[in-house]
Amino acid sequence: MMRFCRACLVALLLAFSFPLGGATAHAASLDEALSHFTADDFSETATGIEEVAASGSPRAETIIRALQDGRLMFSAERKTVYVKSDSGGLLDAATAQPITGDAPTDVDTVRINNRLRGAIDAVLGELTLMSSELAVRFEAAQAVFKSRDQSALPALETAIAKEQDLRVKQALMEARAAIILAGADAKEEDKLAAVEVVRQRGDQDALGVLSSLPIDAPAAVVKAAAGAIGAIQNRLAVWNAVQNAWYGLSLGSVLLLAAIGLAITFGVMGVINMAHGEMVMIGAYVTFVVQEVIRARNPALFDYSLAIAIPLSFVVAGCVGIVIERTIIRFLYGRPLETLLATWGLSLILQQAVRTAFGPNNRDVGNPSWMSGAFDLGGITITYNRLWIICFALAVFSALLALLRYTRFGLEMRAVTQNRPMAASMGIRTSRVDALTFGLGSGIAGMAGVALSQIDNVSPNLGQGYIIDSFMVVVFGGVGNLWGTLVGSFVLGIANKFLEPYAGAVLGKIAILVLIILFIQKRPRGMFALKGRAIEA
Amino acid sequence: MTAHILIRSLDRGATLFLIVIAAIAVAVPALNLALPESSTLHIPTYLVALFGKYACYALLALSIDLIWGFCGILSLGHGAFFALGGYAMGMYLMRQIGTRGVYADPILPDFMVFLNWKELPVYWYGFQHFPYAALMVVLVPGVLAFVFGWFAFRSRVSGVYLSIITQALTFALMLGFFRNNFGFGGNNGLTDFKDLLGFNVQAETTRAALFSISCVALMLAFVLCRAVITSKFGKVLIAIRDAEARTRFLGYRVESYKLFVFALSAGMAGIAGALYVPQVGIINPSEFAPGNSIEAVIWVAVGGRGTLSGAVIGAVLVNYAKTFFTSGALAPYWLFMLGSLFIAVTLLLPRGVVGTLRHWTALRRDRASAAAEDGVREPLPAE
Repeated sequence: MMRFCRACLVALLLAFSFPLGGATAHAASLDEALSHFTADDFSETATGIEEVAASGSPRAETIIRALQDGRLMFSAERKTVYVKSDSGGLLDAATAQPITGDAPTDVDTVRINNRLRGAIDAVLGELTLMSSELAVRFEAAQAVFKSRDQSALPALETAIAKEQDLRVKQALMEARAAIILAGADAKEEDKLAAVEVVRQRGDQDALGVLSSLPIDAPAAVVKAAAGAIGAIQNRLAVWNAVQNAWYGLSLGSVLLLAAIGLAITFGVMGVINMAHGEMVMIGAYVTFVVQEVIRARNPALFDYSLAIAIPLSFVVAGCVGIVIERTIIRFLYGRPLETLLATWGLSLILQQAVRTAFGPNNRDVGNPSWMSGAFDLGGITITYNRLWIICFALAVFSALLALLRYTRFGLEMRAVTQNRPMAASMGIRTSRVDALTFGLGSGIAGMAGVALSQIDNVSPNLGQGYIIDSFMVVVFGGVGNLWGTLVGSFVLGIANKFLEPYAGAVLGKIAILVLIILFIQKRPRGMFALKGRAIEA
Repeated sequence: MTAHILIRSLDRGATLFLIVIAAIAVAVPALNLALPESSTLHIPTYLVALFGKYACYALLALSIDLIWGFCGILSLGHGAFFALGGYAMGMYLMRQIGTRGVYADPILPDFMVFLNWKELPVYWYGFQHFPYAALMVVLVPGVLAFVFGWFAFRSRVSGVYLSIITQALTFALMLGFFRNNFGFGGNNGLTDFKDLLGFNVQAETTRAALFSISCVALMLAFVLCRAVITSKFGKVLIAIRDAEARTRFLGYRVESYKLFVFALSAGMAGIAGALYVPQVGIINPSEFAPGNSIEAVIWVAVGGRGTLSGAVIGAVLVNYAKTFFTSGALAPYWLFMLGSLFIAVTLLLPRGVVGTLRHWTALRRDRASAAAEDGVREPLPAE
């Protein structure tokens, strides 16, 4: 124990003293290397380049780049070297400090020729390939892969030999393979191995490398490359399909959230609520208000804003829904077409009210930190907000399903859906069920608004954009069965996204509409129709 | 035969209504053209164009009332047929511009030159001839309605389902017409018209004539609707409205009846659109907006569903209110008023203005002759 402590102490002391010594050593050798640049002689400059690279100084890369861009200046009189900054001022090359005192009068650019340019490129590649930062090495390898610069090959070989990280090593190997394929002087079996490495990479860039082989490449290599191109294209097509499916799922989850409330009100009451989209909008504005209050009062809570907004928007939109049901819709039962008109009028009023209160422009609703960003999965990119919305939609769906299945209210709702007069005869207060159902449907729409505020513009027209699609889901999925809504929204979402690349967004929508019209030829009541004896539902 | 149909279709109220419209059709252009501008009775040209617009809206409302009031089909996409008729007329007017356009291309309309198109798309062929364009005004909406209705009615899509699908139809068309590569001018639509059958569309006399023609079209359509609903065919339509299943069980082919009247109504809407375009001087994809179609339905509801004359009166009333309020200081509140109108009419005045008046007179007559007869009254519109 004692020994361990002492060892730690020594290590600490060393750690404090060593960097100082190291730094001076660097500076000394860098100064020596830099002095070669003041000779205004190409071969001296070449030596300078090599020595700067070998010095291992963190300034080395900046200096070499400055040399490459003609921004490296020297003063023969004072034997000093400067880097011209972007603003035109001179910085001391070794220390990056501005010149103190008066500026030297004989400043001149360090001249380079083609031979030196080659040397610079090689050194630069080497410098970044050897960088101590993992990310920098990876980036450098990618850059070499794309440039396929023959002169980087020796540096690559050294880097591969030294590399510990598997991912970077792979990138380096790919870069080497790309260079081998682009060059002429490698052996045939090396080239075949290189084709295999590039094929493993399998993205758009790999395709580029394989399709731009030199004309004089051996036949076997050309054949192998053609095979690899085919394989990569297949792989890319698969990933493309996966990406489309993902977008489709994402769109489907949004549709599910927007349509599910509509489906239950329509299922229970036979009422199409044209103001449903405005409930979604209200939910989005509740989110906006919650975030504004949090920003003003307690910014630390911002990450929890959605946790507050979700229940609040449910309550607000639900209450608005109940009020609408009690004051307007209940007088219109049995007149579904007129309900449609009245609720349309209501949607105009609600939109205009929000426009008056919050202004016609888009309002800024932020993503909490846990919802922003993205990650790569195989060949696709998945954003966190879309992922969370899918989870949220499924959670809402499951909760609603459980509510319908296991609670008394759910039982009453199902009874009223299936046969209203019979349910009433059994003692169910159908008017109360109606009001609560309408409130529930509106509340879910409000929660959908919270989700939509994360991916769409929050404006008074927010709901309008989703209302027709939601109706399509209800028509397609059928009424009175939540599974119909689930399947309907995901099928429509995915179909939409798969049609888009071929037909464009607009024609895709039109195609979907035509398909739905054709579909209801076969099944006029949707996929999951309620079976019953009523001749007219 | 014709005389017989006319006598049958025109009762006292209908005749009175036609006379009023005919009087307006003559009076407005006369007051505009014959009187000097200083006269207090002079009607300025912009008002003539405005009234002409109302007449076109009234014709659209009439076409909606024919299917909604007498057959129970609530179309929320009738604006699409209106706009298609308008586009057919717009295409004719575009071809008439000829070399007077900005790019002076004798064949291609300006927007096509702008988009660097080299030849006229095939579906623009023939639109330089007025008879062809006039045929298309009726045919395009009619055929679209026929095809759409054939699919919809055959699979017994009715009620709110049908309303939603028609709304999606007009929405999809709107999206399509917004695209430049559809060849209908994209976002900007068709505009900058010069002349119609050789007459300058901007001229006062042309505007007055267009107003009169719109009124005449309205009258003809009114007579046609009356003829349809007073015929045996019309009785079946009313039966379908009130009890579709029962009518089917009685052996009528409900789909065919609905299909015919739906296509007829779409054709009427197309004519309304065609008359509308030269009077407002532009047609663009926003005419397809679902909101427009629903607004047209509320005109009918205000005037009185299933009354025909009510549809015309409702269209004029609501549009006059719209003009009045949106041009003044009350403009920001217009949508509140329109929304409240939707709710108030459906809740408080389900028969509409004309329907309520008729109901009152019928009640008074009933009371007067309650003891005397046991008459069968015309059934009221039901869902």
